[in-house]
Amino acid sequence: MSVILLKNISTTYQGEKKPAIHDINLMVERGEFLCVVGPNGAGKTTLLETIVGCLKPVRGEVKVLGFNMASDGVKVRRKIGYTPQDFMAEPDEPYKALDVVLMGRFGKIGLLRGISREDVEKALKVMEMLDIHGLADKPIGKLSGGQQQKVMIARALAKEPEILLLDEPLSNLDYDSRMKISELLGEISRRQCITTLVVAHNPEHLLQFCQRVIVVSEGKIISDISSGELEREEAVRALAPSLKVELR
Amino acid sequence: MIGEIPMLVFRSAAGAVLIGLLAGLISVFIIRIKLSSMGFCMSHAAFAGAALGVGLSVNPFTMALAFSLATASFIGPVSDKAKIHPDLITSIAFPLNMALAFIFLTLTPGVVRFTSEVTSILWGSVLSVGFQDIVYLAILLAVSAVMMFLFWKELFAIMFSRRMAEADGINTKPFIYAILFAIGIIVTFSLKLVGGLLVFALLFNPAATALQFSYDIKKIALVSPLIGVASCLSGLSLSFALNWPAGACIVLASTLGFALSVAVSPKRRIRK
Repeated sequence: MSVILLKNISTTYQGEKKPAIHDINLMVERGEFLCVVGPNGAGKTTLLETIVGCLKPVRGEVKVLGFNMASDGVKVRRKIGYTPQDFMAEPDEPYKALDVVLMGRFGKIGLLRGISREDVEKALKVMEMLDIHGLADKPIGKLSGGQQQKVMIARALAKEPEILLLDEPLSNLDYDSRMKISELLGEISRRQCITTLVVAHNPEHLLQFCQRVIVVSEGKIISDISSGELEREEAVRALAPSLKVELR
Repeated sequence: MIGEIPMLVFRSAAGAVLIGLLAGLISVFIIRIKLSSMGFCMSHAAFAGAALGVGLSVNPFTMALAFSLATASFIGPVSDKAKIHPDLITSIAFPLNMALAFIFLTLTPGVVRFTSEVTSILWGSVLSVGFQDIVYLAILLAVSAVMMFLFWKELFAIMFSRRMAEADGINTKPFIYAILFAIGIIVTFSLKLVGGLLVFALLFNPAATALQFSYDIKKIALVSPLIGVASCLSGLSLSFALNWPAGACIVLASTLGFALSVAVSPKRRIRK
């Protein structure tokens, strides 16, 4: 059974005539690590937000973990770790980094149940994996863009999700952090069999860890490459100029 | 036997403490969920309802409550269906409520229009807080405190980001609607002491003041009600001392508190 199943999906933003994504069909199996690439405005974020249920498609059906997202979205989202694109907290935000990471577990903990010591320990452990445990007590708005991005990734991982949906999680990070987090995501996906979809304008660091590359352009999937690492890299390099992606 | 004046002072002070706690508590949500114009809108909806009540010789506070709750039940679903931020809808509804209030007052017979009932709705009055109001306010405070205790985790996440809370599997709609209703009820019960024209200041100032001192939302949620109480009690004392309208004095006290907090805020200090 596919973990993520999209059947003829079209999503149109309110007030727009043209759908941002149209006639999308996609099947993702358990434990697969997918990289979604494409130029700006191609529909990558719309695709991710449609899967997570933040956007409702005007046509087609989204099934995640066997559930229809239109009717069971709230329940399914408790098993999805999601980071939005370009999250940036206000400088005055009255939340500490640990609060934000811990919040990722709230849906999973459920109503009328308190936060246990185990929840806090799990959040701190994920922060340690991402080298941000020293920032736990710092106000989120006082962290740099890259540090905030790591906090958001930690929030998604702290949930111990079955599916990870990450929208441009590496965009604000330096070279070493990109490499380290790409490796970490690859390892987590492989070891814990977590289905992972990462939207990346520039997929350079992710190519060696992902198993499939989906290329989105003008709201459609134009390529689905699932052969070996070299083939994926070659295919993305060949597509790079048309995708307006810079690869080293 | 307790004299009439000490009883009046007790009732007003008890009302001020309870309203301060409630307004301070709800102001944290109003500021964090960016519902600032909700405060204007609800207070003026309550004011319009009360004005209609006076005009129709029906209990103005029952009508105020009905108008507030109707506004709350209108704004939440419309905002969700039309995908418009509640702040925008309330900005439109606010002048509408104000216009309705003035029309209702204009249609009210001249003798009634200038009675103490109408002026107390406008400006608030220490005389109008009754024992029954104190009981209702105490019940409201107890219910609010229990709800906050039970659902703090979800409210905590929604105040950070409603969108992120939804993505984490929290059904945010019931919480947002509950907050809208709570604003409507608190505004209506604050109407007697603070008045319809000024009550919204109490819905922002306590949390805005608390925010100047902390980066921790838990501390802000604890301190904000205390700031609300301090504003109400100091405003009430000023009102008794100078015989000025209670609502205006409370707003003066809470605004002064906010101005002072900005001046001494450690968040604005630059360390050399």
